[in-house]
Amino acid sequence: MSRFGTLPRRLVHLVVILFGITLVTFFLLRLIPGDPALAILGSSYTHQRATAIDISLGLNKPIWTQYALFMGRLFRGNLGYSFFYNAPATTVIVQHVPPTLFLVVYSAVLAGLIALPIGFISGLRRGGVVDQASRVFFTVSFAMPAFWLGIILLLIFSVHIPVFPISGFGSGFAGHLYYLFLPALTIALGFATVLVRSLRAATIATLQAEFIDTARMKGISRARVLRRHVFRNAVLAVVAVYGVNLAYLISGTVLVENVFSLPGLGSLLVNSVSDRDYPVVQGVALLFAVLIVAINLLTDVTQASLDPRVGQEIGE
Amino acid sequence: MSQTTWATNPSAMLLTVAERAARRTRRSGRRRLVLLAGLAMLAVAIVATIGAPLLISQSPTALDVLRPLAPPVASGHLLGTDQYGRDILARILYGGRIDLAIAFGATSVTLVFGTVVGLVAGYFGGWVDNLIMRIVDLFFAFPFLVLIIAIIAMLGPSIFNMFVAIWITSWVSYARIMRAQTVVAKKQQYVLAARALGYGRLRVMLRHILPNTASAVIIFSMVDAIGNIILAASLGFLGLGAQPPTPEWGTMISDGQSYILSSWWIATLPGLAIVFVGVAFSLIGDGLADVLRPGDR
Amino acid sequence: MSSDEPPRPEPRASTEPRASAEPPASAEVRAGAGPDPLLTVRDLRTYLATGQGVVRAVDGVSFTVGQAEVLGVVGESGCGKTVTCRTIMGLMPRRTAYSSGEVIYHPRGDGSILDLSQAELQKLRGAQLAMIFQDPMTALNPVRSIGDQLLEAVTAHAKLPRPRAHDRAVDLLTRVGIPAPGRRMRDYPFQFSGGMLQRALIAIALASSPRLLLADEPTTSLDVIIQDQILSLLLELQRDTGMSMILVSHDLAVITEVCDRIIVMYGGQVVEEGETATIITAPAHPYTRALLDALPEAGRPGQLTSIPGKPPSLIDVPAGCRFAPRCPLATDKCTSWQTTLVEAGGLGHRARCWRHGEIGGAKA
Repeated sequence: MSRFGTLPRRLVHLVVILFGITLVTFFLLRLIPGDPALAILGSSYTHQRATAIDISLGLNKPIWTQYALFMGRLFRGNLGYSFFYNAPATTVIVQHVPPTLFLVVYSAVLAGLIALPIGFISGLRRGGVVDQASRVFFTVSFAMPAFWLGIILLLIFSVHIPVFPISGFGSGFAGHLYYLFLPALTIALGFATVLVRSLRAATIATLQAEFIDTARMKGISRARVLRRHVFRNAVLAVVAVYGVNLAYLISGTVLVENVFSLPGLGSLLVNSVSDRDYPVVQGVALLFAVLIVAINLLTDVTQASLDPRVGQEIGE
Repeated sequence: MSQTTWATNPSAMLLTVAERAARRTRRSGRRRLVLLAGLAMLAVAIVATIGAPLLISQSPTALDVLRPLAPPVASGHLLGTDQYGRDILARILYGGRIDLAIAFGATSVTLVFGTVVGLVAGYFGGWVDNLIMRIVDLFFAFPFLVLIIAIIAMLGPSIFNMFVAIWITSWVSYARIMRAQTVVAKKQQYVLAARALGYGRLRVMLRHILPNTASAVIIFSMVDAIGNIILAASLGFLGLGAQPPTPEWGTMISDGQSYILSSWWIATLPGLAIVFVGVAFSLIGDGLADVLRPGDR
Repeated sequence: MSSDEPPRPEPRASTEPRASAEPPASAEVRAGAGPDPLLTVRDLRTYLATGQGVVRAVDGVSFTVGQAEVLGVVGESGCGKTVTCRTIMGLMPRRTAYSSGEVIYHPRGDGSILDLSQAELQKLRGAQLAMIFQDPMTALNPVRSIGDQLLEAVTAHAKLPRPRAHDRAVDLLTRVGIPAPGRRMRDYPFQFSGGMLQRALIAIALASSPRLLLADEPTTSLDVIIQDQILSLLLELQRDTGMSMILVSHDLAVITEVCDRIIVMYGGQVVEEGETATIITAPAHPYTRALLDALPEAGRPGQLTSIPGKPPSLIDVPAGCRFAPRCPLATDKCTSWQTTLVEAGGLGHRARCWRHGEIGGAKA
């Protein structure tokens, strides 16, 4: 039996989803009320330019032909032309990827570092000090908008106690780590809320499992029972939650980049909305969706390699 | 997890255990208070925002030109003023109307629609289920906020378009939860019995399955309400939601960000309002979970 | 949890009797318990703190297990059998479960093992006392291989080099009758059937050659044919190793088939104890009698009798005899009687019933 038994089916599923994503992004442009060329050009409208846009978007052709053209361009890596930046949208987007990618990974790691010990201890000592304190803290932090939390952290750690920079991306790996600490912490706190809750629940459930009694009956040390049976199983149960909620983390990135003025995809997305730079908006949405699909795939593979049961047909 | 606690004397032990047991009983009683506290906080927020004209005399848009950026308490403004000298308290109370409207208006519509879709998908199964769930998967493939922003980008920023964007995207969570519940419920004895009695599909779904499965989506809707408030504020903050001079918590925070070095109150206080309402929904959600699904904790 | 151990009573001379509300019912030398006792339980009480109130799960239980003896514990579910076993193993949750009384493991000396520290208890578990649980499907960690979990037990008390530990593990699996043990070491629990899992669990329990095995309903969740196989395996291993065994079951048929001596539990108490032959032919408690009557008999198909009523709630424990509400022989005296185990004639045969002489032997 293969450990990745259901993976082929998942790959088919993946292709279907990717196809759907292109459909959704394609039809996004159709939502523009009135004349898209007018909306795109705004004050720089001239008849010639409008015709150029109509032709480049293929607006004079039937809709399915337009979609075929869109897909054809997409396969060549062409997301359209940004009239605002006066450059291909692909080029503009690629330039903005590094800060966002760094921030996403940074905050995902930070969230794990915060949530693993707190969630585990809260579950182990239910009703204890850590459990009570983290419950109050995370109930409040769950209700905080990421952008507001970012401002508060700025106010405290950049203005009153100036230890971290107010904005910017820094240079070099260490520089990025330093400059992006507050933004990453802002996102990580929101993400950690979900992780702490699920890890706590998973730990409590694991502790009550009968196999824990079997392990203790063997006469091995408590530390070993906790490490090899409780922690391992509880973390496994949370891997899926972690993967699914990375989407949440990306939403946080969009906001936090705007608070800390980071030159990433989130800032680009919001600026492009006000600049009515539709090809860029479309491209960023597409890129984020593909990123999430990739993360989900990675989560499934991770789970399959950690948990022998995943990917097997388990008769119920 | 540990070994048994050992006592010297059985009668002394009985007292200790009885005291422990009583403490557990009290603790479970206290959980109901959580629900009441959440409801009370939400009631305060609703009354204060709707009844704002009766509570305070200041207008949210009136400019006190002589006192811009006035700190709280001083100068006759309880929570200070913003850069135009507008009263912060008034703006928070009036601005809350938009955020609470989103919390109720957007959440209730998606709750009902998503629940119905999930019920249908789970009950009918087959290609109906397959089609619906693939569409749901598709929505989940996009980061929620990015999709909303993209939709608003195309429709143009306004409060109404914010509602539309949420309606389009946010029913999917309910559909997914409700479908999972329905699939399980469909195999339960009470549903099989109802079907054996020859009841119609609609009756089985609405009278038998829905009442037994609704708790999950209802509890989730409290979390979703928090999410929608934060979303409304976020869009306001990014300039894609409420447009100036309309007061709204997110736009107020955005305004205040430029003055954060000198006048901290402009950006921080509206955020506290969001946290207050958010915690209220959180407590209601936790309380409902205890009341509707006891034994889950 | 381990860092905040509650204050432990001063160690004291083992000859000094423990303070208790009721004098230990069977502290005296017992003729029927065989020559050398291995484990003595005296006036064991385990109370649980729950949101509904205090559950008196075990309420004054005393018994002895002899060397190489198989003791059966029988009773309906919820009568305290499992809690008794788990208390002996120190597997009850500290925050909700409280125990008093004594559990003496004789090879270790005359002190009780109930108040041992976690570290001392750890030395006993597996090496001296082992336990197998009711549901083999949930008793193994689903995400770790069988071999991994067996090796953990093999090396818990003996520092063996890896190849030798592996050989020992394979030996154990062979002994409990698992085919192709070398290959199956790498399998995960979900790849095993229920019967095979229970065999693996027996191998784990026996990994460090314990002297007492507590088997808590080891066959209840298995198919009937598998049940017999597991029971004979347990008996065979018990005879080969000379260990003692406490076999817990709600099924009197299983118990009488396997055990030398039986204790019958009801409502957290022992209501009758004695040699298996004595209990079958001359029960001295109406509850034992009812259990016997409920057994299907070869000559009387379709004549199943069940005991009317439910076991008592262990939260509001009735005064007097706990079986009185369901007892056909109950009188006013039963509800006021301060129950104790009384001698019922045979060697070590005792019952918690003042009308023990009137129970009668065979089915009417």
